Amino acid sequence: MDELAIKIEHVSKEYRLGAIGGGTLRGDLQTWWARKRGKEDPNAKIGARTDVKVGEHFLALDDINIEVKKGEALGIIGHNGAGKSTLLKLLSRVTAPTSGTISYNGRIASMLEVGTGFHPELTGRENVYMNGAILGMSKAEIDRKFDQIVEFAEMRRFIDTPVKRYSSGMYVKLAFAVAAHLDSEIMVMDEVLAVGDMKFQQKCLGKMGDAANNDGRTVLYVSHNMSTIRQLCTRCIVLDHGKVVFDGDTETAIDIYADSQQKMDYHYDFSGQPRSMLKNRKLEFVSMDVLTDPSKPIAVGDHVKLKLLCRANETFSNMYLRFEIVAADNTVAGTMFEGMPLVANAGQKLELVLDVDTEHLVPGKYRFDLLAFERNEFGNQDWCDRVSGAPVLELRKKDDRDLDWLAQWWGHTHFTDFKVDSIHLL
Amino acid sequence: MEEKFTTVIVPKSKWLDFHLKEVWKYRDLVLLFVKRNFVSQYKQTILGPLWAIIQPLLTTVVFTVVFGRLAGLAAEGVPSFLFFMSGNIAWAYFSSCLTQTANTFTGNAGILGKVYFPRIVMPISTVLTNLISFAIQFVMFLVFLAIYWIRGAVHPTPYALMIPLLLVQMAMLSLGVGIIISSLTTKYRDLKMLVGFGVQLWMYGTPVAYDIGIIPQKFMGIYMLNPMTPIINTFRTAFLGLGSFDLVYYLISWGVTLVILFFGLLLFNRVEKTFMDTV
Repeated sequence: MDELAIKIEHVSKEYRLGAIGGGTLRGDLQTWWARKRGKEDPNAKIGARTDVKVGEHFLALDDINIEVKKGEALGIIGHNGAGKSTLLKLLSRVTAPTSGTISYNGRIASMLEVGTGFHPELTGRENVYMNGAILGMSKAEIDRKFDQIVEFAEMRRFIDTPVKRYSSGMYVKLAFAVAAHLDSEIMVMDEVLAVGDMKFQQKCLGKMGDAANNDGRTVLYVSHNMSTIRQLCTRCIVLDHGKVVFDGDTETAIDIYADSQQKMDYHYDFSGQPRSMLKNRKLEFVSMDVLTDPSKPIAVGDHVKLKLLCRANETFSNMYLRFEIVAADNTVAGTMFEGMPLVANAGQKLELVLDVDTEHLVPGKYRFDLLAFERNEFGNQDWCDRVSGAPVLELRKKDDRDLDWLAQWWGHTHFTDFKVDSIHLL
Repeated sequence: MEEKFTTVIVPKSKWLDFHLKEVWKYRDLVLLFVKRNFVSQYKQTILGPLWAIIQPLLTTVVFTVVFGRLAGLAAEGVPSFLFFMSGNIAWAYFSSCLTQTANTFTGNAGILGKVYFPRIVMPISTVLTNLISFAIQFVMFLVFLAIYWIRGAVHPTPYALMIPLLLVQMAMLSLGVGIIISSLTTKYRDLKMLVGFGVQLWMYGTPVAYDIGIIPQKFMGIYMLNPMTPIINTFRTAFLGLGSFDLVYYLISWGVTLVILFFGLLLFNRVEKTFMDTV
């Protein structure tokens, strides 16, 4: 059995909803005094049961059990509010669990939000020392690592400038460099790479991969960016509503996470969908029906018939539609346009039957984001409305004997086969 | 197979576990915080650390005029300027430590919410930062003292050697009170309003702006329970040769200090693990 680096046993974290306490000492004392004498709480809502404590409870983490082996790169994915950040907060000891135990070996370098320890008035050099010390390094240790850190951050020229003059990218680079060079056995990261440029992101991922593979350090990585998860992590956990719903290989985890995000259906009502303020809503989508026979799975190359209902809020004559097709791992597979302009008068309702050809897609699950836009006289587009997940379709292989499509390497578009014009046997 | 782990996180820490070893491991951080606090305090000011001198100097002048000349509250037999300055710098150290440590959790929620380090590091470094300002002011005080001494107006006593002890005690007392307040303010912001006002009241309960001689004898027992009173008195006895050193009151003051500090640490220890959820 490999050595364990982290062991999380039955960990729960409870938060109270709403305002905590009465907010003032007087209110709490009143409540306490009233309860003590068995009287009714003067601060309780009228009619509320007095044996229930003020404020409802909310479990951000619910009986979590995770074991992480030394040298593993573990990804943690889940929706907003699934409990990812809470878990990392507990691990980095920012707050304590409500129940359960977390045990680990060695130091944890947490990069929850890098650069938090930076003081704007101090120079880069001073902040490197400051941040290193906050992460638990001694001065001697930072002395030894200083050149490496500056080298990694590519910041030699600016190291004696106050960090308030830094760009946000420089800020993150320097902060990441400090955290990455801490000789910690465990590295914890929460979406830290969002700010740096592509080149630096790759450098960081490389550094973390090295840390896990070569130095035997353990990496915990939280991200919504599936491609970085795929690149770095050897194992992945999916959190949902404070529970571990999956623990295993990365690809399956990503599929499960993506699945839970989109619902397959045959009728979509868009009235409840949140819309961006940027859209002028000249045309508004109302609903969508999938007309294709629901009992039969859709295969690649099938044509899918959709019935779209929309409303013209203003008169338009140059309206176009397009589908942005998003694959399960949140990468865009491609876009389909509708070539003819739509025309309608204000107040009219339009019912359109659409035909979608799936020929160039590969087997998998897709979300179709529907967008209406108007072309103005400059050739630019004005967005009118956009709805997401309209529809969500799952495509099967055309033939069971077809090649398994490896989407993580081959992408989600299957171009038309190229042809061999001639062959000479030599 | 039984695993051995170096760190185990459990919901609550033990009452008497103050993680002193861990604080020692983070000593470099304490020093860096001290440096950061001090440097950032005077960044973008023209006079820089001179402010540490100007402030008590002006206050002393005001005290000398208002409480000395107008109200006649200064002690007999010593230069009233030195009398007020001695009270002033000692009190300034105590009060700035107290108000700043009282703000530990709420003022640093940003950084404390992101990374872990022993939380007590923050108030400790605050107390040490103020020691630098005190040192500057103390040197100023010694210069004035020397001038008066050469003129034969004051007679410092060997008790002056007790100054480190007095400082340690003030540091501990302000730390104790400060962390009690900061622990409670995570949940109740009421206390924050009280701090500034309370410190001022406390000053009037301490012989800073007047001589202890004006306190009627029958209140002396209660009056001396204020741990700051014997400290200020001893300070003046030591450097100005005013009055006499009272060992009993001095020991009581230490007792009160230790009780407050102990209670403060207990409370801080309770709160530090989960204060992020309530702050």
